[in-house]
Amino acid sequence: MEEKQPLLEISDLSVSFRMYDGSLEQRQLQVISSLSLTVYPGEILAVAGSSGSGKSLLAAAILGILPANAAVGGAMRYGGQPLTPERQRSLRGGEIALVPQSVAYLDPLMKVGRQADGHQKPRPTARRRELFRRFGLPEKTERLYPFQLSGGMARRVLVSTALLADAQLVIADEPTPGMGLEQAKEALSMFREMADEGRGVVLITHDIDLAVDFADRIAVFYAGTTVETAPAEDFRQGALRHPYSQALWRALPQNGFQPIPGFQPYAGSLPKGCLFAPRCPHRTAECEAAPPPVRTLRDGEVRCIHAT
Amino acid sequence: MRLEAKNISFRYSRTSPWVLEQVDFAVCSGERVGLVAPSGYGKSTLAMLLSGYLAPTGGAVLLDGKPLPTKGVCPVQLIGQHPERAINPRWRLRQVLEESGQLRGDVLASFGIEREWLDRFPRELSGGELQRFCVARALMSGASFLVCDEISTMLDVITQAQIWNKILEEAAGREMGLVAVTHNMALARRVCTRIYDLANRTDQAVGG
Repeated sequence: MEEKQPLLEISDLSVSFRMYDGSLEQRQLQVISSLSLTVYPGEILAVAGSSGSGKSLLAAAILGILPANAAVGGAMRYGGQPLTPERQRSLRGGEIALVPQSVAYLDPLMKVGRQADGHQKPRPTARRRELFRRFGLPEKTERLYPFQLSGGMARRVLVSTALLADAQLVIADEPTPGMGLEQAKEALSMFREMADEGRGVVLITHDIDLAVDFADRIAVFYAGTTVETAPAEDFRQGALRHPYSQALWRALPQNGFQPIPGFQPYAGSLPKGCLFAPRCPHRTAECEAAPPPVRTLRDGEVRCIHAT
Repeated sequence: MRLEAKNISFRYSRTSPWVLEQVDFAVCSGERVGLVAPSGYGKSTLAMLLSGYLAPTGGAVLLDGKPLPTKGVCPVQLIGQHPERAINPRWRLRQVLEESGQLRGDVLASFGIEREWLDRFPRELSGGELQRFCVARALMSGASFLVCDEISTMLDVITQAQIWNKILEEAAGREMGLVAVTHNMALARRVCTRIYDLANRTDQAVGG
């Protein structure tokens, strides 16, 4: 894929929040640090990893919809051009679409059919009906309001909304919880079709099994940064590079169900060196001294000095 | 002990459709039953009926032949999918735990609940950490049966394995009965002794 021009390129992204510490003292709470990832046209990049590792914040940072007290550092490029706040404003909802994590993103006062059509003129009604049908949503769903839908139905409406926007890049933030396995597979095969048409998909998910089945590459997040980016196939075989990704793999019910002890560190009390060092079986003094750089290893990238 | 749903049916009102119709289900102490079915077959409704959160429209939920007690700590404890909805947002976590009985140091330690967290409010912890409190609370109440409704769907797999391993250890030590609602068949096979499919009403033993 190296010869293709990346669709989205994020390098050294950091996100921090300005917080007040009880008094009038301000402090910066760093929640994403030196995060790099690249999405090529034609691929699904899954983003997996620890709960609370900043996956949803990444989605908000790409779209430029972080809260006002957030500060963003590093560089983002979309289609080879810097992704400035002005460009984010004009691209989001059109060329870059979001499938939000919360079903509360639906407008409660608007019937979902009209809502899924978006601002397109003329309205893509026929295509939307076709999508709803593929998702197993009954014909009358389009005339319902969000509160009349079950969680899984609302989720399918959200996915349809993004698919109808004709986006070149879809950021799907946990699109499948609440759907049954068959519906989840249907949703992901639609993302797969989009990618096969040459668009890009960022799939944020906890469900490693689904990610392995549908994504091309998987980026593993821990404590606000990418620790490894690997071909999805490596996840199937357990041929992973970073000790945290290996720990994730071994904790899967089908692969031993063995958890490692301990917790992800909190933003605000992050270790100085490698963020995973406190839980890592291979840590050395060197790991605790400075954050390890990203290096290329076996067709993937890893942020660990000991990985082989 | 034996927890039993005897020919139960449930609907929300006289005009609404049946969510469950004439279901028979039972779990004994020491047994761990996985409850599976596609969305909309009433898995969560059955979980709430078994733990006394809902009353059946027809039939009965019986514990050793008697209805569930309506006073005191229920011997059947439900753990849900959204810990943030199961904990009083205005209580510190110490109060949340103490409501269910004596704090047990060993349970706190094995869940990796740090003493310092007890003085925090629920919104100051992540979903995975809160779920540990929900499980610890259910275990410390001395319940005989635990009903787990998709308790680890929103957690990363390491946290999932941490929580389940602790539940299995505690359930084995105290001969508890367990019902686990899940979409994840690999998880069901790993934690259950038997899997009940609510869609076609069939039972299937696990491993052996």
